Amino acid sequence: MKRILVGIKRVVDFNVRIRVRPDGSGVVTDGVKMSVNPFDEIALEEALRIKERGGAEEVIVATVGPADTQQQLRSALAMGADRALHVQADGVIEPLVAARALLKLIEREQPFLVILGKQAIDDDNGQTGQVLAALWNRPQATYASKLELLSDTTARVTREVDAGLETLEVDLPAVITTDLRLNEPRYVKLPDIMKAKKKPLETLTLASLGVEQRQQLKLVRFEPPPQRQKGIRVKDAAELVEQLKKKGIL
Amino acid sequence: MTAKILIVAEHDGAKLNVSTAKCVSCARALRGAEITIAVCAADPGTVAAQAAQVAGVARVLTVAHPANAHALAAVLAPQIVALAGPFTHVLGPSTTFGKDLMARVAGLLGAPQVSDIMGIESPTRFHRPVYAGNALLTVEAEAGAKVVGTVRMASFEAAGGGGSAPIEKAAASVEIPTHTRFVSVSAARTDRPDLQTARRVISGGRALGSAEGFKILYSLADKLGAAVGASRAAVDAGYAPNEMQVGQTGKIIAPELYVAVGISGAIQHLTGIKDARTIVAINKDGEAPIFEVADFGLVGDLFQIIPEIEKLV
Repeated sequence: MKRILVGIKRVVDFNVRIRVRPDGSGVVTDGVKMSVNPFDEIALEEALRIKERGGAEEVIVATVGPADTQQQLRSALAMGADRALHVQADGVIEPLVAARALLKLIEREQPFLVILGKQAIDDDNGQTGQVLAALWNRPQATYASKLELLSDTTARVTREVDAGLETLEVDLPAVITTDLRLNEPRYVKLPDIMKAKKKPLETLTLASLGVEQRQQLKLVRFEPPPQRQKGIRVKDAAELVEQLKKKGIL
Repeated sequence: MTAKILIVAEHDGAKLNVSTAKCVSCARALRGAEITIAVCAADPGTVAAQAAQVAGVARVLTVAHPANAHALAAVLAPQIVALAGPFTHVLGPSTTFGKDLMARVAGLLGAPQVSDIMGIESPTRFHRPVYAGNALLTVEAEAGAKVVGTVRMASFEAAGGGGSAPIEKAAASVEIPTHTRFVSVSAARTDRPDLQTARRVISGGRALGSAEGFKILYSLADKLGAAVGASRAAVDAGYAPNEMQVGQTGKIIAPELYVAVGISGAIQHLTGIKDARTIVAINKDGEAPIFEVADFGLVGDLFQIIPEIEKLV
């Protein structure tokens, strides 16, 4: 069966104002809205569109995270994924551990395409896709803004890079990571949420996959960023230019 | 223990990107660090000569291979891994080039990567932003473990010139994959300064109304010798190309002067500019969040104000 595997992560919703815990042990997450990482939603949307065009038969979503992550997997199923794989794990999951777990799932499911978000908006590491491609010894096309399947064995990907847009051709299977402009994810309708409750969701553990939950970077301390001093209002262009000249900026 | 740091050069085959000299500054924050720059190219001579001049560099290693004509992470990563053995740290810039490549290197090495390094406290202790810069995190690697890192460009000045490091050839005796092929790159060629290194940047938001509307910014930018950026909203609306986007998912910049025109100041945009020395905000909405971070705020019609400023400077 032609399968696409999509990795998702549960993160603090992008609209939440982030507050650092007073003891510096992390950010406040109690009672805070959690969501599917926005870049991962784009990854799922792309997979669903490929399936809807007849380019794939099944879309699987997978995550590594705590028990509560099932909420986000249900959201993904409501968006249209066919089934979900939950590798349950608590605590810090480093990109290398997440990638090792995803690789085990790839070996089991044999997808022709793996799509992930380019980064998670919590730790902002931006590594998992590349690490996975390295461990799998397969191509990677990061920061994708356009994805075309040319045949069963090749894809063409347009990437958003600092210089502009770069186009690559990759052999399949491959790992793609998504940038913002790849697509706009669909809204989930209520009947789909009901339907999602009946879709298969399988729970696994890192141990059952033979992956060790190793933490190579200790999180020593979180701090709030320094605040900028509030500035002044000027009344018109002339005063602005005068002030900038006075400060030696112009 | 002396830190032995390998820095992966970013270049276009002819010119060393300034991002490399910023990585050198980051590495030099570790006193006594021995810094080596790796130049992988089809013909590394010119770029290696430039790398050898960066102050503080002890050695330049070149890897010549026809497959290196374009910077493909899958092609470069095994070559970097082959060089990485004796080094304690392997660093690259936190640009799309470095972010794409270094995590693949980390994956091959099974090493931890510290993304977006803002500061190095010790060979094992690093500072980096998380949550779009809304929190700063200190991380500690295990002593003696090899660490891969990407260096946040806005946090470091480029190291100066005047060096004369020896250049040595290294062999690319690794298998180079052919599963990833370069097709093309399209970039609007411009005579304006590069957004990431410009001393002055003028950015426009959705309030510019159209690609046509951006012309008043280009005109002022040319007079000031500034680069032009755009908010995500303006890029999404098609007023400006993606490479002009400033913010968390675009470019993170630290110019001396940043002028935000018709930009409301979403958190993800502010993340990209918070290291700017002076921020000017011009917006018709006096309540816009951009004014919270601006050193100078001007409320009014940008289509009137921008031409006025252009006349006055």
